[in-house]
Amino acid sequence: MTTTANPTRGGLTARALPPENLVTAGEVAAREGTAGRPRAADSSAARRAAGSVPSAATGGEAAHPTAVDSGARHHRPAGRLVGASVRRREDPRLLTGRGRFVDDLHPAGVLHAAFVRSTVAHAEVASVDLADVLATPGVVAAFTADDLGLGDISARLARPVEEFVPTDMPILARDRVRFVGEPIAIVIADDAYAVEDGLEAAKVTYRTLPPVVSDTAALAPGAPLVHDNAPANTLVDVAMFATPGIDEVFAGAACVVRVRTKTGRQNALPLETRGAVAEWIDKDGQLVLHTCTQTPHQVRTVAARSLGLDEQAVRVVVPDMGGGFGIKCVVGREEIAVAAAALRLRRPVKWIEDRKDALTASFLAREQRYDARAAFDAEGRILALDADVVCDMGAYSCYPFTAGIEPLMASAEMPSVYRVPAYRVRGRAVTTNKAPTAPYRGVSRPQYVMVVERLFERAARELGLDPVEIRRRNVITEFPYTGVNNITYDPGSYRESLDLCERLVREEGWYEAKAAAAAEGRHLGIGYSCFSERTGYGSAAFAARKMEVVPGFDIAEIRMDTTGAVTVTSGTQNHGQSHETTLAQIVADRLGLDLAKVRLQQGDTDRITYGWGTFASRSVVVGGSAVGRAAAKLADKLLVLGAHLLGTEAGEVELAPGGGVRVRGDHARAVPYTAIAEIAYLKSNLLPEGCEPGLAATASFDVLDDGTFSNATHACVVELHAGTGRVEILRYICVEDCGVAVHPQVVEGQCRGGIAQGIAGALFEQVTYDDNGEPSATSFMDYKVPTALEIPDVAIHHLETPCLFTETGAKGAGEGGTIGAPAAVLNAVNDALAPTGTELDDTPVTPETVRNALANGPRAAAAPTGEEDR
Amino acid sequence: MKPAPFTYHRARDTEGAVRLLAELGDDAKPIAGGQSLVAMMGFRLARPRHLVDIARLPDLDYLRRDADGALRIGALTTHHTVETAGDGALGAGYAVLRDAMRWVGHLPIRTRGTVGGSIAHADATAEWCLLAVLFDAELTAYGPHGERRIPAAEFFHGFYTNALEPDELLVDVRFPAPARHAALTEFAERHGDFAIVSAAVTLDFGPEEGAGPGTTPLRGGRVALGGVAPTPVRVPEAEEVLAAGGRADAALFAECAARAAAAVDPPGDANGSSQYRRSLVRTLVEQALEEAVNR
Amino acid sequence: MTAESTAQARTGYRERQLVVLDVNGTEHEVLVEPRRTLVDVLRHDLGLTGTHVGCEHGICGACTVLVDGRPARACLMFAAQAEGSAVRTVESLAGPDGELSDLQEAFTRHHALQCGFCTPGFLMLAEGHLAACPRTDKAEIREVVAANLCRCTGYQTIVEAIDDCARQRRNREED
Repeated sequence: MTTTANPTRGGLTARALPPENLVTAGEVAAREGTAGRPRAADSSAARRAAGSVPSAATGGEAAHPTAVDSGARHHRPAGRLVGASVRRREDPRLLTGRGRFVDDLHPAGVLHAAFVRSTVAHAEVASVDLADVLATPGVVAAFTADDLGLGDISARLARPVEEFVPTDMPILARDRVRFVGEPIAIVIADDAYAVEDGLEAAKVTYRTLPPVVSDTAALAPGAPLVHDNAPANTLVDVAMFATPGIDEVFAGAACVVRVRTKTGRQNALPLETRGAVAEWIDKDGQLVLHTCTQTPHQVRTVAARSLGLDEQAVRVVVPDMGGGFGIKCVVGREEIAVAAAALRLRRPVKWIEDRKDALTASFLAREQRYDARAAFDAEGRILALDADVVCDMGAYSCYPFTAGIEPLMASAEMPSVYRVPAYRVRGRAVTTNKAPTAPYRGVSRPQYVMVVERLFERAARELGLDPVEIRRRNVITEFPYTGVNNITYDPGSYRESLDLCERLVREEGWYEAKAAAAAEGRHLGIGYSCFSERTGYGSAAFAARKMEVVPGFDIAEIRMDTTGAVTVTSGTQNHGQSHETTLAQIVADRLGLDLAKVRLQQGDTDRITYGWGTFASRSVVVGGSAVGRAAAKLADKLLVLGAHLLGTEAGEVELAPGGGVRVRGDHARAVPYTAIAEIAYLKSNLLPEGCEPGLAATASFDVLDDGTFSNATHACVVELHAGTGRVEILRYICVEDCGVAVHPQVVEGQCRGGIAQGIAGALFEQVTYDDNGEPSATSFMDYKVPTALEIPDVAIHHLETPCLFTETGAKGAGEGGTIGAPAAVLNAVNDALAPTGTELDDTPVTPETVRNALANGPRAAAAPTGEEDR
Repeated sequence: MKPAPFTYHRARDTEGAVRLLAELGDDAKPIAGGQSLVAMMGFRLARPRHLVDIARLPDLDYLRRDADGALRIGALTTHHTVETAGDGALGAGYAVLRDAMRWVGHLPIRTRGTVGGSIAHADATAEWCLLAVLFDAELTAYGPHGERRIPAAEFFHGFYTNALEPDELLVDVRFPAPARHAALTEFAERHGDFAIVSAAVTLDFGPEEGAGPGTTPLRGGRVALGGVAPTPVRVPEAEEVLAAGGRADAALFAECAARAAAAVDPPGDANGSSQYRRSLVRTLVEQALEEAVNR
Repeated sequence: MTAESTAQARTGYRERQLVVLDVNGTEHEVLVEPRRTLVDVLRHDLGLTGTHVGCEHGICGACTVLVDGRPARACLMFAAQAEGSAVRTVESLAGPDGELSDLQEAFTRHHALQCGFCTPGFLMLAEGHLAACPRTDKAEIREVVAANLCRCTGYQTIVEAIDDCARQRRNREED
C-alpha cells in the first residue's frame, strides 16, 4: 500500500450550479449561432439547488425541514464552452418528432421478423414444424438454426478452465433450449401483424429437462447441468487478493459484522426496445444493419463472423437510440438472425422487439448473492473485508464481456472508497435456466457498494459510533492511493463529499425531523452512501480482467471543410448522453469555433475507423480526450498554414477566437479558417512546400493506468408507513465529483436519472422465476418501473477534483447515480427500522417486508454477526 | 403484441348494437373505450372475431340526477367526465365518485375508459366495481328482449365475469341514494396501478338537516373491499360495528377496520400475501373511515 | 424443418377497411386491417414517426397523442375507433418553420429529455393537460406526469419544464 501527497488538493472547489449563472442567454445564442432565440432565465436557483420535497398526502406530521442552498458559485473562464450548459443540439429534432429511431426506418419492401421462442425453461428440442407458419397469410419465410447455419456467438476470457468455462450462444437454438423466450426460429412476413399470426402456427415439441432456476439450485450437489461442459453450473470462479493472515485479523478483531444479501434480477429497460433493420445493398456489396446498439463495431465483428463475411461486407449503422443502459452494449442473437434473413431473402427485414420479449427474452442483470464480513478495531477502523459473491448470469455468456462481467467487477473493486488493509474475495458466475445477463448501468457496483455501506452502518451500530463518523475514519484521503486490490485511485473528494453531504442533511434539519417523528411514533430514517465509480476503463483495466478482446481506446478523426466547419468522428455511441453537444463543446474550445461549426459523427462502421462504443462511463473520458487530441492535431496544421499565409513562423501565431489564426501580440494580423481551408483544398498550389493538401487529423486515446474515479456521497431520508409498508422518500441529496463537468446540466441529468434507476432497484423492480423457470414479469403491470410519483426530486451539489490525464479534466458521470442510490435508500430504511431490531438487506425492499418488519418489532437484532456457519 | 384479426363493426344505436351482438354470437365483443380490452387483445389473451364499437352510441354519455335523489351515469361516460364534473352534476352526496377517479389508471386512460366498460370488465380491484357495490347501484342491461335491471350485489360473478349475456350491453348505472360521508382509498406499489387492496366506505348520520359527525350519532354505514376476493365485496361484519351506532371516532373506526380484516380471507399472489392483504384491509378501512367522517 | 421459397408472402384473405382520419388538421384515408392500432397507422401508414411505441399495453405512454384535445394512448385504440375524432401528434407542436413551441422550449431549457424516446408522449400529455388546466400546479403536474414512463431523467426536470411553461403562459396572459 502506498500513499503520496495529493497534488491537486488545493484545486478542490465546492460549487453549486444554478444553470442561469453558467452562461448568459446572449452568450449561448451567440456561440450557438442562434441569436435571437428566446431563453428564459430559470426561475429560482434556490429552488433548483434545493429540489423540493414531493408533496404527499401524509397528513398530520411535522413540517418537513426546508432546504438550504450551499456552495460557492462556479465561474468558468470566459469564452470557453467546456463547463457551460449550452442548449443540447440533439433536442430540436427529438422535440419535434423528427428523430430517427430504428423503428422509424422503413425501406421499400421491408419485411417484418419475429421469433418462435421457447415456452419451456430447459429442454431438448424434439421437433420444429413450421409448415403451418408458412401457410399463414402474409408469411414470407421461416428459418430454423439448420436452415441458416450461422456461427455461434462466443465470448471468452483468457483464463484457465478452473476459472472460466467457455460456452457458446447459438443465434437460434439448435437441439437444446435453456430459458423461456430463447429464440428457436425466425419468421418473416409482410407486416408486423401477420408475423405474429405466423408465430402462433409454429409447432415445437420438447423433451423437457429439469430447470435450474436459482443460484443456490445451480450450486446444489447433483444439480442438473445447464451446459454439459460446465460442472456445478459454474462459468466463472475466481478467488482474488487473499491477504496473508486475514483469518487471524478476523479472529482478533474487536468487531466483526456480516451482511448477507440477495439483489433482485432487473431489466435495464431502455424505453426503446432492441431492434434492427437489415438490408443487402448490391451496389456496395454490403449488408447494412441498422440497429440500436451501444457498440456498433462489436456487432459488426459478430455479424461478419456469424455470417461468414469479411467485416468490410457488413456495415452497422446506429440511428437515434432510445436509451441503452448497458443492455445494448452486448451483441444480441436476434439482430444477427435478422441480418441472415435479409441476406438470404435479399429483401430488407425489420425486427422490433416487443415489450413482452424485452422483459422476458432479452438480457437481464443484477441478480447477485453476497456473504460478506468485515473486521473493525474498537475505534471503528476497518481491518479486513472478506466476501463471497455469486452472480446468477442466466443461460449464456454475453459478448464481448462474458459471464465474468459481474463477479469480476465486484471482486476487483469491492474495497470501494475505504482504506482496507486485508481483503479476500471469491467471485462466481453461475448459469441457470433464465434469460441471460448483460452489463447494466453500474455493473455490480450498486450491489457491492450496498454491501460495504451496510457493513459500515452495522459496525457503527455495534461500536456505538455515528455512521458518518465511522466512514470518515476510513475513507481514502491521500491520493494517489493504491489499494489492497492493486488498483490505484486518482485524486477524489471522498472525505469532502461526505462532510458536505452530512452538513446539508443537518442544516436542512432532517435529524430534528427524525427525532420529532419518532416522538409521534412515526418512522423516519436517514441513510448515506459514500462511493466512487471507476470511469474510463482503458485497455490496461480490461486486460486485467483477462478479456480475450480488450476494449479501451478510442480513435477520433477530424476534418475541416472549405467553409471552416469541422466534422469529427468518435467511436463512442450516444444513446441519450448528449455527445453531439458535449464532444462538440470540447472540439469547439480547442479550435476556437462556434458550436454550430462542429458536427459529430458516430455510429457508422463505414465512417468510423474503429470504436468500442459507449459503456462504463467512458465517453467523455476516452472519447472526449480523443476528439480533443484530434482537434489539437488539426490546430497544429492550421497554425502552420496560417503562419504561412501571414508570412511568419508557426511559433509566432496562435488560434484566434471565432475560428482563425493570428499573430501573437498583433491580433490585427489574422487569417480566418476559410482562408486556410481555401489553400488546403481549392488552391493547393499555394501550400508551403512539403505540406499535404487537406485539413484532417486522426488521434487516439487510451487510459493506460487504472482509470479515473468519480465519487459521490448520497443521502436519503425516508419515512416508512406502518399501515401499508410504503417507503416514502422525503429527501434525496447527492454531492458528486466528476472532475470538470463539460456540461453541468447534462451531468445533473445523468445523476438524477441514475438515482432513479438505483431507487427502482432498491424498492420496485424485479423479475422472479417460478419453479418451472417461468418469468414473473411479462408486462409493465408486473415489472414495476417507478413513475414521477415514486421518484423524488434530487438536490445535487458539485465538487470538482479534475482528472489529471483527460483532455478536459473530466471524469465519467454515467453510472454514479445508479451505484449510490440502493445503499443510501437501504441504509435509510434500516435507520428507520432501527427501533424494531429488524434489518433488511435484500432488494427490492417491498412494502410487505417493511410492513412486516414494523409489525414485528421491536425485538432483538435478527441479523447475525460473527462467525457462525461460515 | 399485435391483436389477432377481427372484423370491426360500428353500431349506430343501442338496438343495432344489441342486434349485431346477437347475430355474431360468442365471437363478438363490444368495445367502448377499450382501455382494458385492447391491451388484452395485444397479448392475444382476448381474441374476439368481431368487435362492435359502441363508443358512438347516442345518449349514453351523461350524468343525471333523478328527482328521487338517485344519480344515473350513462355507460359511455368516461372516467374523465366524472373526474371533471362540477358540483352541480354530482352534489356533495356523490362527490366520492369524482374523488375516486384519481385512482383510476392515469389521465390518458381516464379520457378514454368508460364507467360502463369498467364495470362490465369486472376487475375485482376496479374502482367503479367497488363503488357500484358500495352504493348498491342498479345496473341496467339492454338486450334483444329489452331492459333488465341487475343489483350490483348480483352483477359480479368472479374474475372478469359478470351477469351480462353476450348479447346484452350495460347501458346505465344508477346510484340510488347519495352518501355525503363516503370515501374510497387503496394501495398499490405504484400510484395508478390496480390496487392490491381497495376499500370504500359510507357513514350514515341520518337525513335530518344539520345531521353530521359533530352533531349526530352514527346510524350505520357500509364497507366494501376490492382485492380480497374474485369480486368486490361488502363486509357485513364490519358494517355491524357502524350500525351499532355511537360516536364516529377513532376507536370505533379501529374496531370496524379490525372486524373487516378478520372477516376476509384474501388470496395471496405476487403482489401481496394473504396476510399482507388482510393488514392492508385494516389500514385502508380505517383510513377511508377517517376520510369519510371529515367530509 | 425448413422454410422459405420465393420471398413472396403467402396469400390469403386479410380483411381491410377504409379508415378516414383527421390528423393534425389534415384528412387521411388509409386502407388497413381493422386490427391496426392508431399508433401503427400514424407511424407506418401516415409516416408520422414522432409518436413512439414503448409497450403496446398502455402503461408507458410513449404513444400518447391528443384525441379531441385530450391525451390518449394511441396503442390502446384501433385506428378505426379514431374516425370522426381530431388526432394531434407531436409533429403539430412546432411552428411551420420548425420554431419550437413554448412547451418544447421549456423541455430543452430544463434538460427534460435525454434519449428523447419518451419525449413526444410527455409533450402531448402536457399539451393536453395545460390546455385543460391552465391554472395547474406542480403537484398536479407531477400526478399527470406519472402517467408516462421515462427511464433517463428521473422525471424532475420534466415536471419543472411543464410547470415553467404553465407559469409563463399565465404570465403572458396577465400581461
